[in-house]
Amino acid sequence: MIYRESGQFVTTYGADRRIFKLWQQRWALYTLLGFAFAVVPFIGNDYWFSAILIPFLVLSLAGLGLNLLTGYAGQISLGSAAFMAVGAFAAYNFQLRIEGMPLLLSFVLGGFTAAMVGVVFGLPSLRIKGFYLLVSTLAAQFFVTWVLTQFGWFSNYNSSGVITAPPLVIAGYDFSSPAGRYLLTLGVVTVLAFLTRNIVRSELGRHWMAVRDMDTAAAVIGIPILKTKLLAFAISSFLLGIAGALWAFTYLGTVEPHGFDLSRSFQILFIIIIGGMGSILGNFLGAAFIVLLPILLSNLSANFLAGVVDPGQLENLQKIIFGALIIFFLIKEPSGLARLWQLLRERARIWPQRF
Amino acid sequence: MDFFLEVLTGGLLAGLMYSLVAIGFVLIYKASGVFNFAQGSMVLFAALTFVSLLERGVPFWVSFAITLLAMIVLAWAIERIVLRPLVNRPPITLFMATLGLSYIIEGLAQALWGAQVHGLDLGISDEPLEVGGMLLSQFDLFAAATAGALVLVLSLLFNKTRIGISLRAVADDQLAALAVGIKLQRIWMVVWAVAGFVGLVAGLLWGARLGVQFSLSLVVLKALPVLIIGGFTSIGGAIAGGLIIGASEKLAEVYLGPMIGGGIENWFPYVLALLFLLVRPAGIFGERAIERV
Repeated sequence: MIYRESGQFVTTYGADRRIFKLWQQRWALYTLLGFAFAVVPFIGNDYWFSAILIPFLVLSLAGLGLNLLTGYAGQISLGSAAFMAVGAFAAYNFQLRIEGMPLLLSFVLGGFTAAMVGVVFGLPSLRIKGFYLLVSTLAAQFFVTWVLTQFGWFSNYNSSGVITAPPLVIAGYDFSSPAGRYLLTLGVVTVLAFLTRNIVRSELGRHWMAVRDMDTAAAVIGIPILKTKLLAFAISSFLLGIAGALWAFTYLGTVEPHGFDLSRSFQILFIIIIGGMGSILGNFLGAAFIVLLPILLSNLSANFLAGVVDPGQLENLQKIIFGALIIFFLIKEPSGLARLWQLLRERARIWPQRF
Repeated sequence: MDFFLEVLTGGLLAGLMYSLVAIGFVLIYKASGVFNFAQGSMVLFAALTFVSLLERGVPFWVSFAITLLAMIVLAWAIERIVLRPLVNRPPITLFMATLGLSYIIEGLAQALWGAQVHGLDLGISDEPLEVGGMLLSQFDLFAAATAGALVLVLSLLFNKTRIGISLRAVADDQLAALAVGIKLQRIWMVVWAVAGFVGLVAGLLWGARLGVQFSLSLVVLKALPVLIIGGFTSIGGAIAGGLIIGASEKLAEVYLGPMIGGGIENWFPYVLALLFLLVRPAGIFGERAIERV
């Protein structure tokens, strides 16, 4: 009996449409957000911001983007990192080439550029399905990296193709300190997460799920397949593009096209597998898992296995553990960590009873 | 014109090397409907095991046998631990499981044998051979001959042996195969083991070409467009796809490359495959999916 919905009646349509219908859930969310925005910037240290919290937030956003496409609309993609790269390089160029471009606007424009590229590579999805579609996204992956390396214009003729983040100033406030970068990332991710949550429960989101479950059936009941699939590619790439811009600007500071290679795409795919396909919360859980596991492993081996496992083997070990976890989750809990969280909540609702 | 022919033939021969990897995919996809992303890691694992044994002074054929045994054990383990619990799951889940599998196999191979680059000498000189006025690499010719022999052996296996016929039955219709008493699990194990053998052959040839190292597992990315063009379900398609990709890739590199800048061989096959798909969504030899509600 940790919390109950008894006594909380829905009396208006507005209340019925809320994401969180129980006041306990709402207050838990407000507390979490308040804590993340107002308390964490003061108690966190630079290591926590730069090595854990910022990558966690950016990867969550990237997972969110891919989850829309793969988890909700059912179109598997291995080109996520390419769309991140497009977002990052586009945002960089908008900043560089247009005088006085506001930082947030350049993020949004970077996102739109990524969305356009996403639509181009999503176009074949009407005709090509399943594994054959993988090729289209892989083509995006290799083609984008090649274009960004080949043509110096994109990186402002930097000899090694590296772009460097502009000063992170919004409306006169400087966000360049680790805490500032954290706040900026958190703000962007929070807004986009709410936006996404609302998209997936709108008509469009339901169309996506219908297409995912069976696109022929969806076409028969009158869902415009092409529009639905292309919107999935566009919105997913938009989020990935912004994630890429954040990755370049707030997390790394400098980035080259090869920072967005195929292994990054795999990493994002793993986030949504472990976190849970077709879930918003799952992306955050999955990203936290992916960011924390390597740190945990290296700490464990440094403390307990020092001298037993040499550092070179650690990377292999990590790979094996990741692979094994992926398979474990697919076998035991295909809906990922988000499902475990849901089960936990259901148990908490009826606790101490079991049924 | 001579130069054109030389580039073309070189490309065709190189394409057969891609086909070698693609055949492993086709075998598994036909029998179990699994799109096996781990094929590249299996190539790496086989080549690394073989070369490490060779370096420890084990004779050639003994190492070959031991590696083959290792691939069979691997196939058995994969069937038991990964495939069996995932029966009846959507194909996308199985694909992602093979992604995880490829991480495990890569990690395992490097943990066991180290990450340094090994040279592999199969005793074939790489001196160009003059055939009809064209200079062709001897090694490429050997690889092509191997690919041909492999296809021959596989078609014998599929058409003349009891186990091969049950493999084809499973590929045709799993339920019907089960109904006549074919053990699906055993067939899967066999087909993964055969794919492991194909991976071993591909690993030896690719390893001799590039050196046995981590990047060997990336040949899987070269084999994907080949599969797409040839279709997932046809060994002949894998060969044809390999030839098309190999030839067009080399030609594009030579004639198109200078115009738009080098390094196009990474993405060109994919764009080509994409164009093919827009015309024939199931590849040249692939089975067209019929959809019902």
